[in-house]
Amino acid sequence: MNAMLLLLADSRLPAGGHAHSGGTEQAVASGAVHDVASLAAFLRGRLATAGLVAAGLAAAAVTASGAGWAELDAEADARTASPAQREAARTQGRLLLRVARRIWPAPALDELAAAVPSPHHPVVLGAVAAATGCSPRDAALAAAYNAVTGPATAAVRLLGLDPVEVHRLLAGLAPALEDTAATAASACAAGESARLPAHAAPALDLLAEQHIRTEVRLFIS
Amino acid sequence: MGGNHADHHHAPDGHGRALRLGIGGPVGSGKTALVAALCRTLGPSMRLGVVTNDIYTTEDADFLRRAGVLDPERISAVQTGCCPHTAIRDDIAANIDAVEGLEERFGPLDLVIVESGGDNLTATFSRGLADKQIFVLDVSGGDKVPRKGGPGVTTADLLLINKTDLAPLVGADLTVMSRDAAAVRDGKPVLFTSLREDRGAHSVAEWVTGLVHDWAHHHRAPAPTTSTA
Ligand SMILES: Nc1nc2c(ncn2[C@@H]2O[C@H](COP(=O)(O)OP(=O)(O)OP(=O)(O)O)[C@@H](O)[C@H]2O)c(=O)[nH]1
Ligand SMILES: [Mg+2]
Repeated sequence: MNAMLLLLADSRLPAGGHAHSGGTEQAVASGAVHDVASLAAFLRGRLATAGLVAAGLAAAAVTASGAGWAELDAEADARTASPAQREAARTQGRLLLRVARRIWPAPALDELAAAVPSPHHPVVLGAVAAATGCSPRDAALAAAYNAVTGPATAAVRLLGLDPVEVHRLLAGLAPALEDTAATAASACAAGESARLPAHAAPALDLLAEQHIRTEVRLFIS
Repeated sequence: MGGNHADHHHAPDGHGRALRLGIGGPVGSGKTALVAALCRTLGPSMRLGVVTNDIYTTEDADFLRRAGVLDPERISAVQTGCCPHTAIRDDIAANIDAVEGLEERFGPLDLVIVESGGDNLTATFSRGLADKQIFVLDVSGGDKVPRKGGPGVTTADLLLINKTDLAPLVGADLTVMSRDAAAVRDGKPVLFTSLREDRGAHSVAEWVTGLVHDWAHHHRAPAPTTSTA
């Protein structure tokens, strides 16, 4: 754990994350998320699927280079069934890469930008984590954290939930975040990107596809 | 620093890129009407791009595209996730992406206009996004609004007070607004417009033209072959 990891995971990092809800807006619209308890279930499901997949990719990106960038990005694509989610992940990845290259300039980030102009967000997160001196496990933890905190904030805004209650819920998820990071880091230690976690979440895919077809929405995803 | 190819990101000092003009102000004050008027007036003589920030939907972008004031491709819409001021002030990444996207596709441009989502009196543009900004008020909130101040009113490079045609209907005294605005703006300009009646738009366009010429003079594009600053 280092101070750079805190900066990287902080929602105040100006990389465009605030405009994404990770499916929460649509889950609220459909009624699936309507209070703190249903938000908790949503976040646990998200962490166990999309969160773990993102954590694995981020961990693997810490040691990636050369042809590995495009390969890892293709692995991310293969794990993202919904075109709307791919688009959202690539947009967030591009924005993070742009700001990170100004904050933490590093040859590896230039190399990634040249290889994949709009990489998936977890791939960029791992690359930036490496540039700031973080380990694969740190990168995985940042990805897992990111998978639940953005959606939680969106729920606070959309439903007017008590923000302290929601943060208590996040604190309760901390052990699960640690477990996710550990699982992701050990999967990536095997060294084969095809073996990275590949849990599907059809409900999240459907939410993303419904969301992008909704005319009136506040969040990009 | 930085790569030298496949790298369209501009140097933060503004060399080699268009002037970025932010247009902010409360909901419904006439920001989109102003963007449309500027496109109509400046379009024939300048290479333009427009970024809109809508709270819901892509209403403003659609309006401008329908109005036919600019090639629809040159109008890009950004979504702001419940927080219009965050997208223009605290986390400008999506707006920068949209601006640079326009410059990449259509550049070089002379002017990129960024319209913020309607917000409150404290919403101003980050200097990282807008080089200059216009704050648009309207008279219908009453003549007390300039007196209330706030960073939009006090610091914008130009303060616009729009919908003067409505002043008699809401009992707003324009001389009071003018005096109060002058008192908090330290000599920076204030213009009155009725965009509905096309009154005053030309003075705004003249002010913007002056900025664009100044900008071009000080930030002349580097020679096309060497892109390292
Ligand atoms: N009477 C009058 N109406 C105006 C004037 N300028 C704009 N309007 C009308 O005011 C309404 C809002 O104008 P917009 O230009 O959409 O305002 P906006 O600031 O872009 O609004 P948001 O983006 O929703 O915050 C529209 O119905 C315009 O036609 C004016 O000078 N006088
Ligand atoms: Mg508007």
